[in-house]
Amino acid sequence: MSTIQRSDVPHEVVDPAFAETPKIANTPASRFTSAAANYIDERTSISAVVKEFGRKIFPDHWSFMLGEVALYSFIVILLTGTFLTFFFQASMAEVTYDGTYLPLKGIDMSAAMNSTLHISFDIRGGLLMRQVHHWAALLFVASIGLHMLRIFFTGAFRKPRELNWVIGFVLFILAMAEGFTGYSLPDDLLSGNGLRIIDGLVKGLPVIGTWTSYLLFGGEFPGTEIVGRLYTLHILLLPAILVAALGVHLLLLVINKHTQFAGPGKTNDNVVGVPIMPVFAAKAGGFFFIVFGVIVLMASFFTINPIWEYGPYDPSPISAGTQPDWYIGFADGALRLVPSNWGFMIGPWTFSLNIVAPVVVLGLFIVVVLIYPFVEGWVTGDKREHHIADRPRNAPTRTAIGAAGVTFYAVLWAAASSDLIATHFGLSIEGVIRSLQILLIVGPIIAYQAAKRVSLALQKKDREIALHGYESGRIVRLPGGEYIEVHEQLSDYERWRLLSFEDYKPLMLRPDAKGRISAGQRTRALLSNWFFEDRIAPVSATELEQSHGDHGAVEAGEGHAVESGH
Amino acid sequence: MARKPAKANRRHPLATVVLIAIGLAFTGGGYALFTSTATAQTDTASSTSQSSVDEGKKLFAANCQTCHGMALEGTPAGPSLLGVGAASVDFQVGTGRMPLATDGPQAMQKPPQFTEEQTQALADYVASLSPGPAIPTADQLTANGNATNGGELFRINCAMCHNVAGAGGALTEGKFAPDLTGVDSKYIYEAMLTGPQNMPVFNDHNITPEDKRDIITYLKYLQNNPSPGGFELGNLGPVAEGLFIWIFGIGAVVALTVWLTAKSN
Amino acid sequence: MAHDASSGKDTAATSSGLDVGSVGTAIEPSTVGHAEADGGLAVITTDTFTNPGLPPTRMRATDLDPKKARNAQRAVYTLFYLSIAGSIFALAAYMAFPISDDLNSIRLNTVFLGLGITLALMGIGLGAVHWAKTLMSDEEGEDIRHPVRSNDATRTAAVQIFDEANKESGFGRRTLIRNSLIGALVAFPLPAVILFRGLAPEYNNPAALLETTMWKTGTRLTLDPSGLPVKASDVTIGSAFHIIPEGLNDVPDRLEQKAKAAVLLMRVNVADLTISPGRETWNYDGIVAYSKICTHVGCPVALFEQQTHHLLCPCHQSTFDVNNECAVIFGPAKRPLPQLPITVDGEGYLIAQSDFTQPVGPSFWERS
Repeated sequence: MSTIQRSDVPHEVVDPAFAETPKIANTPASRFTSAAANYIDERTSISAVVKEFGRKIFPDHWSFMLGEVALYSFIVILLTGTFLTFFFQASMAEVTYDGTYLPLKGIDMSAAMNSTLHISFDIRGGLLMRQVHHWAALLFVASIGLHMLRIFFTGAFRKPRELNWVIGFVLFILAMAEGFTGYSLPDDLLSGNGLRIIDGLVKGLPVIGTWTSYLLFGGEFPGTEIVGRLYTLHILLLPAILVAALGVHLLLLVINKHTQFAGPGKTNDNVVGVPIMPVFAAKAGGFFFIVFGVIVLMASFFTINPIWEYGPYDPSPISAGTQPDWYIGFADGALRLVPSNWGFMIGPWTFSLNIVAPVVVLGLFIVVVLIYPFVEGWVTGDKREHHIADRPRNAPTRTAIGAAGVTFYAVLWAAASSDLIATHFGLSIEGVIRSLQILLIVGPIIAYQAAKRVSLALQKKDREIALHGYESGRIVRLPGGEYIEVHEQLSDYERWRLLSFEDYKPLMLRPDAKGRISAGQRTRALLSNWFFEDRIAPVSATELEQSHGDHGAVEAGEGHAVESGH
Repeated sequence: MARKPAKANRRHPLATVVLIAIGLAFTGGGYALFTSTATAQTDTASSTSQSSVDEGKKLFAANCQTCHGMALEGTPAGPSLLGVGAASVDFQVGTGRMPLATDGPQAMQKPPQFTEEQTQALADYVASLSPGPAIPTADQLTANGNATNGGELFRINCAMCHNVAGAGGALTEGKFAPDLTGVDSKYIYEAMLTGPQNMPVFNDHNITPEDKRDIITYLKYLQNNPSPGGFELGNLGPVAEGLFIWIFGIGAVVALTVWLTAKSN
Repeated sequence: MAHDASSGKDTAATSSGLDVGSVGTAIEPSTVGHAEADGGLAVITTDTFTNPGLPPTRMRATDLDPKKARNAQRAVYTLFYLSIAGSIFALAAYMAFPISDDLNSIRLNTVFLGLGITLALMGIGLGAVHWAKTLMSDEEGEDIRHPVRSNDATRTAAVQIFDEANKESGFGRRTLIRNSLIGALVAFPLPAVILFRGLAPEYNNPAALLETTMWKTGTRLTLDPSGLPVKASDVTIGSAFHIIPEGLNDVPDRLEQKAKAAVLLMRVNVADLTISPGRETWNYDGIVAYSKICTHVGCPVALFEQQTHHLLCPCHQSTFDVNNECAVIFGPAKRPLPQLPITVDGEGYLIAQSDFTQPVGPSFWERS
């Protein structure tokens, strides 16, 4: 670390090119700027907003940018989507294709498919815009997923941000819904079969299934309504809700301020980082263009959703490897993993357990993710605000739960490509599916144990390093002939980064005023024991002093810093 | 998709035994005869001559009879070849699937073991014992048919196993429908006609010779006109796209966030 | 392992907590939201370190070396100029690569237009970030957090406003008014719900629609998509024919009918078939017809393996055994594929003996 203090070298002297001191400008340009600013302020009191937010501080960490990736891909989706609406016809009226693509000439298809082909083959840049839109959509959902993982593993959902977790989660669901409705719009063979699966899934729901499907499709599947209805959802209703929820999400972000990782000078009471104006604005603004650029680059070189190969929807044909877009994969995988012959009759009615079971399992999974912050909050009973993001290792049980959840999701996701896994690795489909069925149960357990042990081990390592320093790799020989390795001590800054974290202990059950122990308390004690029974307490000041004392003795005696060797 | 079987296992375990037996039967002069007839065969490769049938008989006896029986009647080790026709032999031997290399869920494509002339001779021999579908003629294979009709028929009859773009797909118990990219038109035609292994037969009443030519036309169209959208990611659909976005899309973006938030030197 | 690695050392937990300040001086102890809040199971100890405060800012090369700063400046404006060049390139590409009947022209148009736009965007993005990273001050600032909770005075005022509004309106007191209003608010969306009944035609019962298909006694089996009838003699062993009912291409609801009536016709050696009582006449000399619509969620089950006689659904890998009346042998399906009873007419063409004897496609609640 450099020890040069900024004050040693005044910034202004560094670069004369940028060192213009702000004089009272009198050029025509500056006169115009000040007049315009005055005009706007007199009508909006914008100055107050600039004063309030202009120098607001944002912490800088790469993982804090993931939400921005989602936001920016959403903007790209809005821009390109608007372009596409100018050409797309959300109609299932049958037309005969007479466009550029030779192998479909003369084929009957819906106006939706026809207009999508028209966008792809007859409008300059149309195919590019379609591909930008679709790649951006994939990136949108992927970045939300990654953003959520960051929030989860750093505990950034704790008070006061539980509600924002819920809103963010709703945004995730909305993004998937947007994705699925959009995927279905071209009415091609792939998406048509996707809708067929939705139809079958809905029909399998007890009591309401048949009618729900009938109403959804406006009659028998596939009907002539569904594309128009999905289009309304895709471009009106879902985006409206999404934008509103996004607004609240960002508003709460401003109100709660961003979390930050533990570090020297960072406390629960402050935010350390760069001000919006100018650094954060330049970085975040620039980052929008970068994300946009990455998406356009992908869209320029990589085909996505080649509907001309799929052809128009028809209930008879199907393609090998029919899969949904990645974010629906976990649901498709859940359908695939159900063992044969699940289902039974209840009197005259059919109960399709092969549909209900995956729906219930996925529903529970989603609910657990949604309410997790409240569960953890209840178990810890911690009512304080938390603005310091945890390092995942410092909350081993939470990290383990997260790892188990990720594994569960990943197995379902992999199951959605069971056929491609089989063909590409020379396996049998049956073998792949049976293995994944087992892995769905066993995988999360293994992941849980592994993540927990690794977290605890890392915590132990941190503790060792904090107390005794790093192994420097330098071997010295003591006068007595003994060889030892010199340990380098941490600086105060580094040590603080390692050691400042929250520590919790399991709940001690105590009878309440009436001398009873409620069932709720018992559950909470059980859960808190599960959460915190394996814990490694942070190093205390006394411990450190003692260990330093040892070092001091050795140093005084031998002139070297050596490990005190507990 | 391409599966390259291990070269070490290319030959059927019994082939060596059979070869030794044959070697004992046809000594010295027999070998000379073998080579000279093989060379002579080149002139009349397309016509079914008696010499070709004789040549085929020898090859059959040496390489196929163990499993398929002397009179094509089949054995527990291999199916009967009665009525399979020259087309089937040409497909199986010409694509290297036969002679079988190893036991597995299905015979794998590999470099053919026989020359074109030898393959022709085997086909002639099998066809001479029991008539069946003939090897398609060149004009049945020209890719100048109706790609629209071919595309529609391909989606209805073929895409469920071979994927809409012919990229192949999974079947049960480790079997798979192979990738059709780059496959010779003749073999595509013969496969439809004869239904090799677990592929159903698409006889001329189901898919007429013109229809078959249209399907070949469509496949050649796909092959000769790469996707206007850019690289096709193996034509495997959303799974490949999802992997791409997670590995390269998210990868690139995360790398950029790291750069963006790292302190400049 | 690792249970309480420091047991005995963390017992200094105090319930009152926040007297940590006595240890540290550089940074005051946390007060945001902690002032009165309960830490729950958190271990609050006095035996902690002092937050050492912000480390000194490291100078960047551009801070120290005017030459480096000038280089950075040059890089930034070059990137912005490149962006302009990219935009112009995109405009030029739009004109230079028009699209025609040739797919390659679309390829070129997409690539070059895309590259131009990428350059335009990346130039701005990378330039702005590089500017921020190298030339703008990177001194870290600090904002003080305030508890999200409003202060007590504000909260009291808010409560007071509600109280006054309650008094002035009598909302809490005039219970009849309040309850009738709640009732009205609950009832008023009901018409909106019932309106959605109109999403589908009113004169049909969906469950009844699912019971029948286009197949009737004597309907010829015809090829998909041409509609040409199929003779029994055309169907050789090992064949798979994709079948639609005769006349399907002429009905107005072609796709809806096809979604129920699509059939896969196969011929296997009749000796291989296990036939249950009552179905003896449903095949014709080993020619069997089964619904192509999967009983799981409705994908077309069309992957016929002519040697194993397995039928595989490519969507969720349900596998059906043709030898055994399409019973499920693998995958998530529950029911066998329904069989279409077939025979031949006087001219030798294959015809249906009747409709399917059970509903085809995915299971549904009312299906008995």
